Amino acid sequence: MKKLAVALIVLEAVVLALSACQPAEPQIREVKVVETQEVKVVETQEVQVQVPVEFQMVSARLESVKNNGFLRCGVNSGVPGFGFLNEQGEFTGFDVDFCRAIATAIFGDPTAVEFRPLTAAERFTALQTNEIDVLIRNTTWTFTRDVELGTDFGPTTFYDGQGMMVRKDSGFTSLNDMGGATICVLSGTTTELNLADAFASRGLTYDALVFDRSEETAAAYDQGRCDGLTSDKSQLAGLRTQMSDPSAHMILPETMSKEPLGPVWAHGDQQWGDLVRWVVNGIIIAEEKGITSANVEEIAAGTPEDPEVARLLGLEGEFGALLGLAPDFMVNVIREVGNYGEIYERHLGPEGTDIPRAGSFNALYKDGGLLYAPPWR
Amino acid sequence: MATSAKPSSLQRVAAVFRDVRVLQGIAQVVFVLLVVLAARWLIGNLLESIETRGLSLSFEFLRRTAGFMIGEGLPMERTNSFFYAYIVGLVNSLRVILVGLVLATVVGILAGLALLSPNWLLRSIVSAYVEIMRNTPLLVQLFFLYFGVILRLPSLQDRLVLGPFNLSNRGFFFPRPVPQPGFSFWLGSLMAGLVLGAVVYRILLKRRLLHGVETRPGLWAALLIFGLPSAGWLLSPGRPLLLENPVLIGLRMEGGARLSPEFAGILLGLVLYTAAFIADIVRAGILAVPKGQTEAARSIGLTGFQVTRFVVLPQAMRVIVPPLTNQYLNLAKNSSLAVGVGYPDLYNVSSTIFNQSGQAVQVISLMMVTYLVMSLSISVIMNFINDRLKIPER
Repeated sequence: MKKLAVALIVLEAVVLALSACQPAEPQIREVKVVETQEVKVVETQEVQVQVPVEFQMVSARLESVKNNGFLRCGVNSGVPGFGFLNEQGEFTGFDVDFCRAIATAIFGDPTAVEFRPLTAAERFTALQTNEIDVLIRNTTWTFTRDVELGTDFGPTTFYDGQGMMVRKDSGFTSLNDMGGATICVLSGTTTELNLADAFASRGLTYDALVFDRSEETAAAYDQGRCDGLTSDKSQLAGLRTQMSDPSAHMILPETMSKEPLGPVWAHGDQQWGDLVRWVVNGIIIAEEKGITSANVEEIAAGTPEDPEVARLLGLEGEFGALLGLAPDFMVNVIREVGNYGEIYERHLGPEGTDIPRAGSFNALYKDGGLLYAPPWR
Repeated sequence: MATSAKPSSLQRVAAVFRDVRVLQGIAQVVFVLLVVLAARWLIGNLLESIETRGLSLSFEFLRRTAGFMIGEGLPMERTNSFFYAYIVGLVNSLRVILVGLVLATVVGILAGLALLSPNWLLRSIVSAYVEIMRNTPLLVQLFFLYFGVILRLPSLQDRLVLGPFNLSNRGFFFPRPVPQPGFSFWLGSLMAGLVLGAVVYRILLKRRLLHGVETRPGLWAALLIFGLPSAGWLLSPGRPLLLENPVLIGLRMEGGARLSPEFAGILLGLVLYTAAFIADIVRAGILAVPKGQTEAARSIGLTGFQVTRFVVLPQAMRVIVPPLTNQYLNLAKNSSLAVGVGYPDLYNVSSTIFNQSGQAVQVISLMMVTYLVMSLSISVIMNFINDRLKIPER
């Protein structure tokens, strides 16, 4: 017994000593020496300085993406037109194409993406916990999301608004008719909050039915469980194509909120954010300049008259290198994925979910819309 | 054999470490140390990443306005706090769990007895039910029940009406009793009837046991339990309770009470699923009682019902209760699948809260603690019951 006690006491002392030991704080003493000197300016000369690329910081996330060999992109799997898993088991959609664009910018290969389908409730947690590199999943840019969730938003790729879908034979012509209705809505979205606001401001009551996935909200609405289905108007257009009788449903004219949709990434890596931001801007500028996937190779091989086009396609300047990418990354992007107009037409045009672009906010600024990318210089 | 008189001090120290108790003690200390280091590393990781992203770990956000509505449960305004929303979700979960536990037990016991029935058809049907329910995922069953069965009921306009009862795919609507002035008086008489009935029952039962006189405790208890409230009803001015019937006004049914399709869906799904497991547990428990007990009980003249009630079931309960606790805990945790059918239970509401507020870590920890407390409560109660069923030691 005594031996045991002695041994235990010795061990306890060792354990206590180890846990009490704190790593010594490195003593940093900064000594700043300030010297002032009077200098007379005699002559000024303008000198063009080429910034050597070695001085740029490299993004940790870009490094890890390059190491992985693919981009991890969080997308939707249930909204036709934006993020949808088709019968062939491939992800297609407007947002999915932007994922492919970023992957093409980094790897030159639009298939170097791993798509992670996420519900609305898990998308921000996936970003916060580093499950995905970028989230392009019809996510609305709001104050709290930008500030509080530890995320940053890129340029808006789609200006949307919240709408309400009802059956044509229900007799509703506006939101004011819908007092007391049951409305299907998706969990964890701005939609839930805007719905509450919209009905409260009209002094109407409603019953909310909250589901996890858009397929479930659509199914419940289709079966008649709800009088109305609310979501972004672009999503409603897509979900309508999945109903048992798409022509029996209509989207009410009121827009309940502003929904600027765009790519999202996590705080902590500014350079990564710049990369995503400028790939998107490049795609918009390509449409402004009339560069399409068909003619980009031809333009890049020749000498473009417009200096901005030359800079965009990597024929002038070090723009690719500044982002840690190949100089002709935009050529790859436009050739493989297309410019903004082509992406829009492919998924949201008449062959897709048919959301008219002319006259909407999603037209180029020259055509009266809101798509206005900063200059590539 | 000559032995050295006193071992050297080095030998003494070495001897300490050959002692099994010392080695066990060291092993335990090392293990605890490793666990503490692992926990420190994990928590350190969490704190570091939270700081890098600029998030926080405080629970202050619970006071903020929720901004969303919850479909059923306690009345909620858009301007209530996140914390209130959480409570609404919790109450909804408790409703499903408590009702589910009772129903699952009842259905499970009936199914278990049916599995032992000499009737081949009954046995086969129940056996098929048990096998199907046990071997398919619960979420799939919930989707099937909700989207495939409940939502296919007729719409509100074409609802099935039977008197004041209405069945549609918006819910089952039935009349609700509304307390009027005079309700408290009647409630008092009801309470008095119940209490007096129980007391009188016990007294008369004891007197019958002690003196062998037939005192009819059941009769007198029943008289009190039904008589006093009836007297209270007749004596109170006006009616203490009025039935409010549901009426269709515009898009919804006003008045009355409602059993929502979501609640019905999750309840039915949970009950049918858990009852299948409980059926097999009950069957095993009853089969575990030695056949000799039944034979001996029969030979002293007990009827079939008396054999089951007084000889077989008490012994079977000892085998049944521990796995039954397991199934109860499963039911309590499976109730979180309610999000798949749109029922606003704790998980569904928490999911909305952490998405709208962005504070995932705090909300999930809160949810884990809540489920832990619920499960531990169920365990404690079941362990208490288990203890009471133990064979008393001589």
